[in-house]
Amino acid sequence: MKAAPFEYSRPAGIDEACALLAADESARVIAGGQTLVAMMAMRLARPTRLIDINRIAALSYIRAEKETIAIGATTRQCVVERDPLVAAKLPLLARAIPWIGHAATRARGTIGGSLANADPAAECALIAVTLDAVLAYRASGASHEVAARDFFIGPMITTLPAGAVLTGVRFPVWSGKVGTGFHEVNARQSDFAFVTAAAQVELGCDGACKRIAISVGAVTDFPMRLESAEQQLKGGKLDYAAVKAAVTDALADIDALADLHASAEYRKRVAIKLAMRAVADARDRALGKTVQDTAHAH
Amino acid sequence: MRIELDINGAVRELEVEPRTTLLDCLRDQLALTGAHAGCEHGVCGACTVLFDGVAVRSCLMFAVQAQGSAVTTIEGVTPGPGELSVIQDTFCETHGMQCGYCTPAMVLVAHALLADNPEPTRAEIVDAISGNICRCTGYAQIVEAIALAAERMRGANRPKDARK
Ligand code: FES
Ligand code: FES
Repeated sequence: MKAAPFEYSRPAGIDEACALLAADESARVIAGGQTLVAMMAMRLARPTRLIDINRIAALSYIRAEKETIAIGATTRQCVVERDPLVAAKLPLLARAIPWIGHAATRARGTIGGSLANADPAAECALIAVTLDAVLAYRASGASHEVAARDFFIGPMITTLPAGAVLTGVRFPVWSGKVGTGFHEVNARQSDFAFVTAAAQVELGCDGACKRIAISVGAVTDFPMRLESAEQQLKGGKLDYAAVKAAVTDALADIDALADLHASAEYRKRVAIKLAMRAVADARDRALGKTVQDTAHAH
Repeated sequence: MRIELDINGAVRELEVEPRTTLLDCLRDQLALTGAHAGCEHGVCGACTVLFDGVAVRSCLMFAVQAQGSAVTTIEGVTPGPGELSVIQDTFCETHGMQCGYCTPAMVLVAHALLADNPEPTRAEIVDAISGNICRCTGYAQIVEAIALAAERMRGANRPKDARK
């Protein structure tokens, strides 16, 4: 359980990090390291060089930018967890963050690291896809952007080009009568999710659904938006029967993941339930009702 | 690579290979064996130390990354030689340990929690130790130990920024 030898660099800026990355195709960027270091210890990863971006100050921030909240790639998960701006403007992200690992891993783990790692069960990826976040990266001296929905393409596989460094992510902020819901099932709280579901809705003054986003995670290779359900539910009252029908329909033909812990049928069944609960919570919160989260004291 | 760390309040200069984890550096080079190597891949929590005051897993960091930072291990929480911290005391009193393998990490997690939140609820205590596996106690006495320590520390007259 010891990592293979590697070279270590701590670049002072983003472009220097990109140059180091471009110079060695077996080099890897290290942010919080909460997955990478474990992979290296098990020798499932053997980078020749680690490029440590933890101390690049320009990559750590949370700020309002127009109608979005922008979060720097190396912003620690524990910082996002406690951030008042995130709590006020991105309640869905605030709700999901305590479910990432445990306090000691959130103390090191970063938002960008989780996104770039693209674990199918990752809460950050799920929320990015649900809210149509836009990811920013830097490659050979230029800045680029990619929509979260085009970023995740497989388990631990993204469209981030080789030699690129993820620099941040922007989450659109919804306004109006907005409510959010997040649910997760796992073996132990803080362990990898078997199924996650997130929903955000905006209701009109008549209580009808103006805007809705629903996603499930850990069920397929990467977080999945339930687009057909969203279309079906828009304009309606989001009552139990309608939500059930729409969600069940959207998940009918999926190829669910299966492993030792949870079979494909289980994942599918739970995904339907959790998505329904997430939508119901989001609707109730948008209506101003108090809804208790299933777990997590904070 | 040469690094400088503040270990339990004393600055130490060391030569480490980049692949040396902070955990191995503490144990093998500094003889601070209170940081336990359980799984060495981030699952058990036995290697938890305070990194700039925050509980982290020392097996999931390379020592070179800690350059210039302050690390507190279980060896650094006692007020003086032969004494125990309030939290260590309550772990003894409530039988918050059996084999002791998980204990240094549990105590450090409790230190981090109480420094931040002097009045944790039971749920908050459970959440704080949720990343640390104990195969002996069944956790109940650990939770009790931390709650008792919190109560004692609230009652004690101590400077605001004291960590011990
Ligand atoms: S030894 Fe670090 S978490 Fe197990
Ligand atoms: S006391 Fe033995 S593992 Fe916790």
